[in-house]
Amino acid sequence: MRKLKRQLLAGPYILWMTGFILLPIAMVLYYAFTTTGGSFTLLNVSSIAFSVHFKALILSLKLALICTVICLILSYPLAMILNRMKTKSQGFIVFIFILPMWMNFMLRILAWRMLLSNNGIINSLLETLGLPMIDILNTPTAVVFCMVYDFLPFMILPIYNAMARIQPDIIEAAKDLGAGNATIFFKIIVPLTMSGVISGIIMVFVPALTSFAVSDLLGGGKVLLIGNVIEQAFMQEYNWNLGSGLSFVLMIFVIASMALMNSRGDETGAGVW
Amino acid sequence: MSKRLIDLQHITKSFDGDTILDDLNLYIRENEFLTLLGPSGCGKTTTLRIIGGFETPDQGTVVFDGKDITNLAPNQRQLNTVFQKYALFPHMSIAQNIAFGLKIRKKSKAYIDDKIKYALKLVNLEGFENRSIDSLSGGQQQRIAIARAIVNEPKVLLLDEPLGALDLKLRQDMQYELIRLKNELGITFIYVTHDQEEALTMSDTIVVMNQGYIQQIGTPQDIYNEPVNAFVADFIGESNIINGLMLNDRLVQILDVKFPCVDEGFGCNTPVDVVIRPEDVELVAPENGMLEGDVISLIFKGVHWEMEVLANGYEWLVQTTQMHPVGAHVGIRVDPFNIQIMNKPESNDERAVELNA
Repeated sequence: MRKLKRQLLAGPYILWMTGFILLPIAMVLYYAFTTTGGSFTLLNVSSIAFSVHFKALILSLKLALICTVICLILSYPLAMILNRMKTKSQGFIVFIFILPMWMNFMLRILAWRMLLSNNGIINSLLETLGLPMIDILNTPTAVVFCMVYDFLPFMILPIYNAMARIQPDIIEAAKDLGAGNATIFFKIIVPLTMSGVISGIIMVFVPALTSFAVSDLLGGGKVLLIGNVIEQAFMQEYNWNLGSGLSFVLMIFVIASMALMNSRGDETGAGVW
Repeated sequence: MSKRLIDLQHITKSFDGDTILDDLNLYIRENEFLTLLGPSGCGKTTTLRIIGGFETPDQGTVVFDGKDITNLAPNQRQLNTVFQKYALFPHMSIAQNIAFGLKIRKKSKAYIDDKIKYALKLVNLEGFENRSIDSLSGGQQQRIAIARAIVNEPKVLLLDEPLGALDLKLRQDMQYELIRLKNELGITFIYVTHDQEEALTMSDTIVVMNQGYIQQIGTPQDIYNEPVNAFVADFIGESNIINGLMLNDRLVQILDVKFPCVDEGFGCNTPVDVVIRPEDVELVAPENGMLEGDVISLIFKGVHWEMEVLANGYEWLVQTTQMHPVGAHVGIRVDPFNIQIMNKPESNDERAVELNA
């Protein structure tokens, strides 16, 4: 009886998972491998090889990679600096960095559109200072810029958490055994924060790879990512089969990247999924 | 005696306006097992961290082997530390942990392998090279931490309450291990603890500290048998500390009873603290006692019975192998040489005793 009760508690979650996770995935798989008529085909999936689709996929991978690397380069030193600050100011700085997450995702992107536009705040400022104006709106640069801005907290937090977990006496022990700053950094701090780095990479790379809203609003239709191609297939061409086929390919890339990072993470005992 | 290896001169240290150490002077001889003993917050760990280089004193000098090392970083010092919470590197195997210091010193692989074997044998963990840290118990981890420190052949090993996290039995075993290690390695141990039993068991010299001041320096026997003040007497083992009046040389009045003792030079009619260890209180028949009282509590402690005897308004703590039931009327007797007379501190601030040890 008790066992039954406990199993009933899982009911809502099972319903949720079935209705909103498993069923949609099953539907994507079904559409991906069928024609509009319902017969089996590989054409939807293999259409990734079409020049337009393939270019979009490569560009997506490239921008996501650049975005991830920039986030990592920004976050790691920041996490180190944070970790050395007093506990009180640490909390405040972390708060500042996650503050933008309180705002709606779309609003943030639109705000950047205003800031970056030709007669936007940044260019007006540059003009008054007599500096050359920047014209990055509707370019991949603007897209990467905004993705970094949006996804940075997802890189900072796991790295900062991993760093804060390192006991001060571990660092002291390393010093005590004769380690200089470089040795402490490469032999102690880097390996012990690897789990955070891997979580951060996955949490930035995956949404950056699949994003379409940023390139839609800041790319001005000129930056076509695989996310945009899929969106167009669904929303403009009403070709659910093609959209699903391309989604399936993208899913494989996402799963592959996570598996790759996780196989790295196993050494340090890091597992994010 | 062997030469002075470490000399702490006029060390002062405060954190956020709190003075932790105030003009501390202490030296440590070569091959000595020296214990810094005191309650938490007494400055013992700060003293150790200053020797280790993890803290810089506000004032004063640390001299190591004739050289001023006050401002030298920890990685430049010829000493190693065993930390309270082991501080092993969790991402490395045991062998990698032990090899850490040796690799930094660019020793050859053969040398390192030899040393790892030797160190593991020394701490009775042979064959543990490739185990992970997580697979070890607390006692084993602490032994690895010791192995990691001693492979570097430091002149001094600093130990910061290394047994604090272990259970009683393991702690006792490790005490013997540490004494053995110290004798086999022939290096200087500086040991920090708040556990008086640990200090008494292992040390050549005990430094009792309180509130940033050194209270007494001496051998375990000195400290136990001849505490210089009520703090030391109370901290090192249990004692009866009673207000007394030194009537004359070799005669003290406690609880309105005159006791012959062996102390001299306190003057006439001087108020003093009298310390009598519980095992030095003899319970005899009422008519044979110097004063009479009633047993008010009785606890079995294994080796002995512990009783409280109310006599002349004071609850005497008594430890003896003879049992007297609660309510029994008994006599109390103390041998003159078991009575320890101490000057009363003139004020609370002046508890610290100037020592020219």
